[in-house]
Amino acid sequence: MQLSKTVMAIGFAFAASQSFAQTEITFWHAMGGELGESTNQIAEDFNASQSEYRVVPVFKGTYEEALTAGIAAFRAGEQPNILQVFDAGAATVIGAQGATIAVQDLLEANGVNFDIEDYISGVRYFFADSDGKMIGMPFNSSSPIMYYNVDALAAAGVTPPATWEEFQNVTAPALKDAGYIALAQSHLPWIFTENFHSRHNLPFATNNNGYDGLDTQILVNNDAIKAHFNAMTEWQEQEYFAWYGTGWGDNQTPFEEGKVAIWLGSSGSFGGLAAKDLGFDFSATNLPYWEAVTTEPTQTFIGGAALFAMAGKSEAENAATAAFFEFLTQPETQYKWHRETGYVPITTAAYELAKADGYYEEAPAAEVGIQQLSLPAGENTAGYRMGFYVQIRDVMNREYGRILTGETSVEDAFANIEKEANDLLSRFSRTQG
Amino acid sequence: MKRAGFVNRWLPMLLLAPQLIIIAVFFYWPAAHALHSSFYLQDPFGFGSTFVGWENYTDLAANTEYRRIAWFTVLFTCLVTFFSLALALVLAVKADKVIRGARSYRTLIMWVYAVAPPVAGFIGVIMFNQSWGPLTRLFEFFGRDMMLGVNYNDTAFAMVLVSIWKQVPVNFIFFLSGLQSIPKSVREAALIDNRSASGRFWDVTFPLLAPTGFFLLIINITYALFDTFGVIDTLVKGEPGNNPMTLVYKVYVDGFRGNDLGGSSAQSVILMVLVLILTVVQFRLVERRIHYT
Repeated sequence: MQLSKTVMAIGFAFAASQSFAQTEITFWHAMGGELGESTNQIAEDFNASQSEYRVVPVFKGTYEEALTAGIAAFRAGEQPNILQVFDAGAATVIGAQGATIAVQDLLEANGVNFDIEDYISGVRYFFADSDGKMIGMPFNSSSPIMYYNVDALAAAGVTPPATWEEFQNVTAPALKDAGYIALAQSHLPWIFTENFHSRHNLPFATNNNGYDGLDTQILVNNDAIKAHFNAMTEWQEQEYFAWYGTGWGDNQTPFEEGKVAIWLGSSGSFGGLAAKDLGFDFSATNLPYWEAVTTEPTQTFIGGAALFAMAGKSEAENAATAAFFEFLTQPETQYKWHRETGYVPITTAAYELAKADGYYEEAPAAEVGIQQLSLPAGENTAGYRMGFYVQIRDVMNREYGRILTGETSVEDAFANIEKEANDLLSRFSRTQG
Repeated sequence: MKRAGFVNRWLPMLLLAPQLIIIAVFFYWPAAHALHSSFYLQDPFGFGSTFVGWENYTDLAANTEYRRIAWFTVLFTCLVTFFSLALALVLAVKADKVIRGARSYRTLIMWVYAVAPPVAGFIGVIMFNQSWGPLTRLFEFFGRDMMLGVNYNDTAFAMVLVSIWKQVPVNFIFFLSGLQSIPKSVREAALIDNRSASGRFWDVTFPLLAPTGFFLLIINITYALFDTFGVIDTLVKGEPGNNPMTLVYKVYVDGFRGNDLGGSSAQSVILMVLVLILTVVQFRLVERRIHYT
């Protein structure tokens, strides 16, 4: 009798826990190493903050691998609730209408207030559609900024250059005399192509930079960027600039070793640099611009990745996804993420919180990314939307590598990029038919 | 002569079924799928697709970059196959003669076999590190600036070197066992007829090793074409850039990185045809001239 009571009690307890079962959702991301730990921490914090929902983060490899895994899973009907997709994959995932639920729709349907104006200016429209509706929730957002070795610049008696003219005529010669290679950068398509157009407010593609249609043509073969690459090859000859390959880390290492004085990287690199014992002081400032191209430089846009709510899930699970997104945009969550990783806080409220907390007084360089994203906007600063863009970037990397190893000329390289990119764009437009 | 046979027609089918099912599921079905996809341009998520006929193939034929990659693949395959066979043969012949400590020598040569391709590639990345790699230092001593991931030829050199290093042990094991299976009587007879060691090698040992060599030739060509993927991926650090790559890596770059399913399917079909031709040529032409003992 006693025993059967116990059994019944257990049975009831089990039934009760079933009826209050948490809704579990999966979140596939591409954040490895320390970033992965920070990502897992956010998920844990969310799970601890309430009892209704549980989010399970799963690391899926690089950005490209995560996107491919998500696509394959979607085709098999096994997609996760949330998929992290990077900037270059935006056209693929947003183009496939029906694969995702627009974050704006998801939040509004689940009674969460959504106002795109809450987000800082450079973040708003990169993952939005042509009507300005936000499709993907910006998650790890960064922008290319200029890091410099404070000791090196002091030794050369120069200040960080505001323009490329200043770099060419003043900064680089002085740094060379002081025994440094003046400049290196880590991502030619992102920093010196996409954001080059944004910084100078130049159109990067037709159809409003690709947002308004599929029959887009790339406008990369223009005089401003060709002049920039010609200048770069001259800097390379004069040993003002060095290129260490397409890999990100290969170009960052010489800066960390103190060989290179100025390095263009991601605002998200800040956390990693600050954690290292570099043996010199570093700081950061905005990307320089060409005065010959514009006297009113504009903002850059975000790189990094966004979270997409995948379609084909139950309403209960979508509610859980919405709750997680709401949690992500909380100023406290954003501020913590910003501090740990160096990625920018995506909302004005989170930015204000970081300011009020005095974070930028102790680490002024951490504010550069967000300041640059908040510079005046122009008609070409929202971002770009081009299909097969991962391949277009690969074409750029290939041709840029050939320019910098003397295999091809700037003129031929850009003609090639234009042709191959337009071929890819027209192929992509037909995949959507 | 009476042949032993099955009475029931279905029993042999049943016994073959597991193998046939595995081949059908893991080879014919994906191959048919790839063939089908190669005639379409497809939205990666599977929403839209356009029938384009042979266009994916004609695009590849017209693409100068694809031709460049094809040529690199041919060169890469020849270099890797030739050098890994030649080095392994030299090592096997020498190791065959060692009397004292033979086992230790053999084990030392063989153990690289256990290294997985990506690990081999990673060792290459370390050896050719731009600022402190031991091999970079060595080349610096001879006045050459090795720039892995920057200079096309340097990266190609590293790929070939690592791929050979990884493959030599496999060939070594086969050549050594091939050498040891040559009858002692044959060797002794040769010793009487010919005093020159190299003469004996080319006239007697080498022809008797031919079956092993032919088998290894096929194995090595397939290795260089397909199994070096891990080495290449690690050496280019996942960023193709201006680095050399092989046709298989290109399939991955376009299909898995770029999500261009039609284009990369067409490329895999081309590779399938290539392997088919290679197999036919090898068995039809080469095998006739080789005597298996």
